[in-house]
Amino acid sequence: MATVSGTLDVNAIRRDFPLLERQSHGHRLSYLDSGASSLPPHAVVEAMATYYETTHANVHRGVYETAEEATRLYEDARRTVGRFLGASHPTREIAFTKNTTEAINLLAHSWGGANLGEGDVVVLSIMEHHANIVPWQMLAAAKGIELRWLGLTDELRLDLDGLDEALDGAKLLSITAMSNVLGTINPIGDLARAAHDAGALIHVDGAQAVPHLPTDVVASELDFLSFSGHKMLGPTGIGVLYGKAELLAAMPPFLGGGGMILDVRTDRFTAAEAPQRFEAGTPPIAEAVGLAEAVRYIDSIGITSIRAHELELTSYALDALDGVANGHLTVHGPPAGPDRGGVLSITLDDVHAHDVAQILDSVGVCVRPGHHCAKPLMRHLGVQATARASFGLYNGTDDVDALVEGLEQATTLFG
Amino acid sequence: MADLEELYREIILDHYRSPRNRGELTDEAALRAEGFNPLCGDEILITLHVDHGVLSDIKISGQGCSISQSSASLMSAAVKGKSLDEVRQIIATFKTLMTVHEAQLEDGDAEPEAVDLRKLGELAALQGVVKFPMRIKCATLGWNTLTQCLDDASL
Ligand SMILES: Cc1ncc(COP(=O)(O)O)c(C=O)c1O
Repeated sequence: MATVSGTLDVNAIRRDFPLLERQSHGHRLSYLDSGASSLPPHAVVEAMATYYETTHANVHRGVYETAEEATRLYEDARRTVGRFLGASHPTREIAFTKNTTEAINLLAHSWGGANLGEGDVVVLSIMEHHANIVPWQMLAAAKGIELRWLGLTDELRLDLDGLDEALDGAKLLSITAMSNVLGTINPIGDLARAAHDAGALIHVDGAQAVPHLPTDVVASELDFLSFSGHKMLGPTGIGVLYGKAELLAAMPPFLGGGGMILDVRTDRFTAAEAPQRFEAGTPPIAEAVGLAEAVRYIDSIGITSIRAHELELTSYALDALDGVANGHLTVHGPPAGPDRGGVLSITLDDVHAHDVAQILDSVGVCVRPGHHCAKPLMRHLGVQATARASFGLYNGTDDVDALVEGLEQATTLFG
Repeated sequence: MADLEELYREIILDHYRSPRNRGELTDEAALRAEGFNPLCGDEILITLHVDHGVLSDIKISGQGCSISQSSASLMSAAVKGKSLDEVRQIIATFKTLMTVHEAQLEDGDAEPEAVDLRKLGELAALQGVVKFPMRIKCATLGWNTLTQCLDDASL
């Protein structure tokens, strides 16, 4: 019943996610907010609990057995995550951060601080999350760098016509692999080649893409990639900055403190090698263990199957939404296809997104109303807020049906 | 759901669909204040006239959800033509309605003691909002902006 044409056995998958057993306002929970944060499977929670109950110790310092085990688990997590991305040198190319936001701030502060000055150009797109806008604006205010913006086509895809002009003389293209509002998937391999041809580096915000699409940093020729654990079935409190080994090795530290140094004297310090150089203080150890388990879980299902499932679900949802509210419903994003992820930003002509989300909540459907931390994009779309439904591997057609039913209720109430 | 019906009462939907005192006073004597709800992006602009201690005219513009828009509309109807003392009292009573203790909510449907709902007239329609803590900010946006407007003018 919940399964869509057999790509994934959704009913079996749901049994791995204890939270989906709960009810909400007397209804089965339809969790359609994985774009904001995904649910963790039991295996992730258990891996973290087991770590705390059998192994926990601070890393990189103790010589006793559990401390060595904790260090090994933490460093194994780095390798697991690196291999998941296709990184060539996982132990040197994966820096753990708090989340995507911190990863991008690290990049802007460290790489940007060392490599960008007055008049240097960073290219962004209008569909970026604030996490990939504000750190660059802060750098612009501090150092006088110039920000250029890529626009969108009528179908809400990235407008590639202005690409070469925008990249001319630029030092960095920093762009999302998938919009958290539109679901638009950007051709990051092509963008990387265009950036490199123009002599620029590329940073990709993978917060939405890494959890849902196959990622290969080498094949796509990415210089930097950032993402969050909590959007890919892992815990909160951990994120990743991937950087090519030689780039990370040349970057100055970000936060200062313990763990990121080789030596400290009263008049100076020597920073540790990358990536430890970027991990000041006690790192998120249990979270790294949880993230590695999340990666193993995704691998056990197969990211390609997850993507195929979510694409089928997106097509099903776009068809189903077509008939709702007599043409007064808009889904802001491109049509279903290979460049479309499972994010549906919905507006109803006569019902504000906040009210839509409230009514959906009353029937157990979790969606997110608001600007989704993408205000420049919202201004471009000419809307104040949308109600966003976003899919995960545990969603099925029954969740879409519940969404459609709730939206119909909203149109009736406000009709 | 009963709670949802209480939230979206007919009066609220009516004020959302046909907001009262909609627009903007553009003359120089008009007092102005803008309010924002950064979480959901709701915006409101209040312009008003005060004549001999009386809030003689008020206009509301901006965009937002049914709760923020209807609350502002109900507010404008409640304060227009009232003395500033009365306006401050109405604001205070409404604020009390919105800050009713959670303990009272859990005691079933006991009416908040501090507020005489009869005095609130149509505004009482907004009491369903307190059961949705995330929406209280929507309901109070217009009221906080009005307070701001009066405070800025030291009225
Ligand atoms: C595209 C994109 N970038 C960045 C972020 C920020 O992620 P986090 O809040 O985990 O730092 C998000 C998530 O909200 C996102 O969707």
